Amino acid sequence: MWDWNYVWDILPQLLSALKMTVWVTICAFVVALIIGLLLAFATRSRFKLLSLITKGIIEFIRNTPLLVQVFFLYYSLPLLTGISIPAFYAGVIGLGLHYSTYLSEVYRSGIEGVPKGQWEAATALNYTKAKTWRSIILPQAVPPIIPVLGNYLIVMFKETPILCAITLVEMMLTAKNIVSQSFRAFEPYTLVGILFLIISYIASLLVQRLEKRLNLQRGK
Amino acid sequence: MPNSWIDFLPTLLKGAEITIVVAFFSAILAVVMSFAAGLCRLSKLWIIRTLTAVYVEVFRGTSLLVQLFWLYFALPFIGIELPKMLAAILAIGLNFGAYGSEIVRSAVLAVPKGQWEAALALNLKPWQRLLNVILPQASLRMLPPFGNQLVELIKSTSLVYFITMADLTYQAMVLRNNYISWTTEILVLLLLMYFVIATLVSLAVRLLERKWTAGRL
Repeated sequence: MWDWNYVWDILPQLLSALKMTVWVTICAFVVALIIGLLLAFATRSRFKLLSLITKGIIEFIRNTPLLVQVFFLYYSLPLLTGISIPAFYAGVIGLGLHYSTYLSEVYRSGIEGVPKGQWEAATALNYTKAKTWRSIILPQAVPPIIPVLGNYLIVMFKETPILCAITLVEMMLTAKNIVSQSFRAFEPYTLVGILFLIISYIASLLVQRLEKRLNLQRGK
Repeated sequence: MPNSWIDFLPTLLKGAEITIVVAFFSAILAVVMSFAAGLCRLSKLWIIRTLTAVYVEVFRGTSLLVQLFWLYFALPFIGIELPKMLAAILAIGLNFGAYGSEIVRSAVLAVPKGQWEAALALNLKPWQRLLNVILPQASLRMLPPFGNQLVELIKSTSLVYFITMADLTYQAMVLRNNYISWTTEILVLLLLMYFVIATLVSLAVRLLERKWTAGRL
């Protein structure tokens, strides 16, 4: 059953693996934020061909499993390009690319949420395109989507165990290794679950508080 | 030795069958759990609300892969041995049921208050109010988000590869082990097969939506 001595034995290993899990999540989130923004602009582009191709790519990435995409990056790309990718980078790029397609949708909803009159007002004031974006559109488009981005960060955090398939030593793989050495599976997997639960729960509370504060600032 | 990528299709199609079976039964369990948990969260009794909230938070707060490992590898240590198929369906179904309960809850709450009052005025019993007045209207609102969740569910079936079930992903990785030089062809084929399955499902949901909501929303 539940052996506390065993739990205290393995907890340090799991906690140091948690650092890796968090680090991969943060790196992948930054990748997703940047590529997501590029995708959002590409789909809004006036060049029909660019926006069509981008929409096609987004559709393809969103309708195929992250696990298979990660396998492709880790096993296929080295064969195609001759450059082998370490598991960490394959994981960061895979996770980041997958969620960039979701974030591009979030960005678009933020941009489209800015009333049309704001664009017209900027034109009337003779603002340049760059100035319109910088001082009119983005300040209004970004705050409402911050909580949504926060929720995606939590979703991505919970996707990291998949990366144990490409030998990235995060929490799941560490737990698997512990199990294969000790032949006891109950405590390690339960602990991993508890650690995920604690962190996602705290993170989602923070996102909720942030949302409240942003709503207050915008006078809702 | 394969002559072309066509030679991989029979094996992959066998895997696709398992993928579809897992997805089908998990989806049914997910819908049942979504409605059960979604309606329980609106219950008047605090104990029912609390228990449901615990289920939803636990399954939403931990990772699906952790849940699958826990059901399949950890449970035997307390004397419960589940067959692979059952562990897979339980993990995916309960996980998506927890997410789906939010969809049901918000769709029910979005039905205008006047409808509840009208059902009350007609002297309908509580369950009649729900079944005949509220749920038919709420269900229409649930379709689009449920459709998105269904695509996510199909994608997540690839995780059963970790408990060595012979699904699409597992079959492809076995093929890859045997023919390493064909890695790229096999993985591209695998991506395409998932894409076809997911796209067909989302098209079907969209058609259903159009049929059901014609002139209703």
